[in-house]
Amino acid sequence: MEIKVDSKSCTGCGICRGVCMYDAIEIIDGMAVINESCVYCGACIDVCKFNSIEIVGMEELKERDFSDYSGVCVYLETNNRKIIDVGYELISTGRILADKLNVSLSAVAIGSELENDIGEVFKYGLDKLYIIDNPVFSVNLDDIFSKALAQVIDKYKPEIFLAGATMFGRTLIPKVAAILKTGLTADCTGLSIDEEKKILLQTRPTFGGNILATIITKNSRPQMATVRPHVMEKKKIKEEIGDFGERIEYIKIDQSKFKTKYKLVDIEKELEENINITDYDVIVSGGRGLGSGDKFSLLKELADILGGVVGASRAAVDSNWISYPHQVGQTGKTVNPKVYIACGISGAIQHLAGMLTSDIIIAINKDPDAPIFNIANYGIVGDLFEVIPKMIKKIKGGKSLI
Amino acid sequence: MNPFDTYAIEEGVRLKERFNSGNNGNLDVEVIAVSMGPPQAEEVLKESISLGVDSGLLLSDRAFAGADTWATAATLARAIKKIDDYKLIILGKQTFDGDTGQVGPELAHKLNLPFIGYVSSILEIDYKKVKVKRLMEDRYEIIETRLPAAISVGKDINVPRVPSLRGKLKAKKAEIPVWDKNCLDIKEKEAGLSGSYTKVIKIFTPKVKHEVKIIKGSADEQVNELYKELKELGVI
Ligand SMILES: Cc1cc2nc3c(=O)[nH]c(=O)nc-3n(C[C@H](O)[C@H](O)[C@H](O)COP(=O)(O)OP(=O)(O)OC[C@H]3O[C@@H](n4cnc5c(N)ncnc54)[C@H](O)[C@@H]3O)c2cc1C
Ligand SMILES: Nc1ncnc2c1ncn2[C@@H]1O[C@H](COP(=O)(O)O)[C@@H](O)[C@H]1O
Repeated sequence: MEIKVDSKSCTGCGICRGVCMYDAIEIIDGMAVINESCVYCGACIDVCKFNSIEIVGMEELKERDFSDYSGVCVYLETNNRKIIDVGYELISTGRILADKLNVSLSAVAIGSELENDIGEVFKYGLDKLYIIDNPVFSVNLDDIFSKALAQVIDKYKPEIFLAGATMFGRTLIPKVAAILKTGLTADCTGLSIDEEKKILLQTRPTFGGNILATIITKNSRPQMATVRPHVMEKKKIKEEIGDFGERIEYIKIDQSKFKTKYKLVDIEKELEENINITDYDVIVSGGRGLGSGDKFSLLKELADILGGVVGASRAAVDSNWISYPHQVGQTGKTVNPKVYIACGISGAIQHLAGMLTSDIIIAINKDPDAPIFNIANYGIVGDLFEVIPKMIKKIKGGKSLI
Repeated sequence: MNPFDTYAIEEGVRLKERFNSGNNGNLDVEVIAVSMGPPQAEEVLKESISLGVDSGLLLSDRAFAGADTWATAATLARAIKKIDDYKLIILGKQTFDGDTGQVGPELAHKLNLPFIGYVSSILEIDYKKVKVKRLMEDRYEIIETRLPAAISVGKDINVPRVPSLRGKLKAKKAEIPVWDKNCLDIKEKEAGLSGSYTKVIKIFTPKVKHEVKIIKGSADEQVNELYKELKELGVI
């Protein structure tokens, strides 16, 4: 296999060099030359106006027959016997994909003594629910869960399988994909169907969110993807579901075949503060502009009245003003709240990588040239110590008017 | 070097120091850094040596290029099988370009190892088992598993050191062995782009969808205006 530039048609225009993320293209003597850093991503092939670049010698893949795979299936992760939110988002997304393909939508839940109100899921447009309910699954452990999931998928053969890109999902699903020997695209923020080819188009951020890539699963099934929580819309489509008993199928497993390699010794919750920042609709984040750790109490106050939680830039975490679980960004958490308020944060690209997909971004910074203002929906150029107390007062006052 | 891998390297070197300090009967633990990449990746391996790693190993072949996580894991697994005598594989939580975090679990599956992701501290480790603390969304979990095993680490696990002068000298002199596809006995269709189940079909830059509205005026005016906007949006 080789990537080749046609010397006759290449003009050395350099457009390909501009899109190469791997610094793999040089223009030498008026012609593009591709060096060893190339990873065959194909970005240059797409932009070349002269069709001068091609990948040759790729072992032609035999067109495999996937006709026995049909339907969309989603994984419903549970925590404390309840289906977590991303599950509903997946059902809503799965419904759209299934309708495009004109196939059915199923879901799998695994756990122990799952809540009785599990039928709620049918309000979101689910056709069929498979449940594995067994004491061995009382805590989420990726080895036994991956085995169980792989068995279900192998039996029902959905063409598309989706799961939440939660921390558990991101450990579990790669194992499932490995067992099934199929492709997996991590952390998708967009999913659609190529109507002609009837395949799943999986779009995800790469390079810390600077670039989006659309990925397909070429020669294996199911097409698997993990989906970033809070990105897809969750939408109830029915208030009444009637009798759904028929649509639930309990799958029995042989308990002795599910022996975990792990021992969960203990769970520690940091009770004094909310560290699960990805779960909130509002995040008020502080950066170096706060000046000291005790100032986070101001942000906490604002977050509290908005029903939100406090986040931070790396600069604030590195200064020990707040603990690491609060860090947003490339080396921290990726968040997608409805409202993200950045206070005293300059907007370094590594920070943006973690919060760019928020619905509404509000930035408060005293430097009018701070890069955060390039991406914010609302920018307030000002001193956060002046603006935030006024905000708090205003909202409190506003609330009492209602 | 991929940012998270600096923490993986530091943790490996710290384990070595812990075991080889004499208090533990000097177990002669060795740390090897393995990277799959183009020939230039040699620099990253040399950098690892300057940080205290004993030796580097580069997996490089044109046939490995264009690998997705599956093909990467497959190639790494071949190499690690060949290394054979290992107890713990430490990976970064995710890479900088791909940031999928999939290589670890897939690699562990191929080698039939337990995998624990997002480790924020290694609490106990001996010849047979390891006990770690890992950070999940809303909690820390203390988990134990047998060795050999694979773990992935984030930036909360340690503060990486800077290279020592001695390390730098050692790195300069170090020879980095390169294993290619023949050496790994890996077929072309198992590695790189050909061995990948997924394929990138389009790369594009996200557009800023919205207008940026800078709210002007005194602090009071700004707050009033923002309040109005938030109220309209139904946030307040
Ligand atoms: C590999 C790598 C990974 C990284 N990962 C992350 C990550 O995950 N998350 C992350 O956040 N960063 C990350 N960084 C660091 C990042 O590059 C920036 O250094 C960091 O985000 C800066 O934090 P900051 O905006 O709080 O501080 P600064 O850049 O110092 O910005 C402080 C801002 O506060 C403003 N300010 C000061 N006083 C006031 C006031 N009274 N009122 C209003 N505004 C005020 C200033 O104008 C300034 O814009 C990473 C860096 C690297 C190299
Ligand atoms: N080409 C590679 N060579 C060596 N290690 C890798 C390679 N790609 C990924 N890894 C390891 O796998 C981790 C997770 O990568 P990823 O799944 O791509 O996000 C990284 O932090 C590395 O430790």
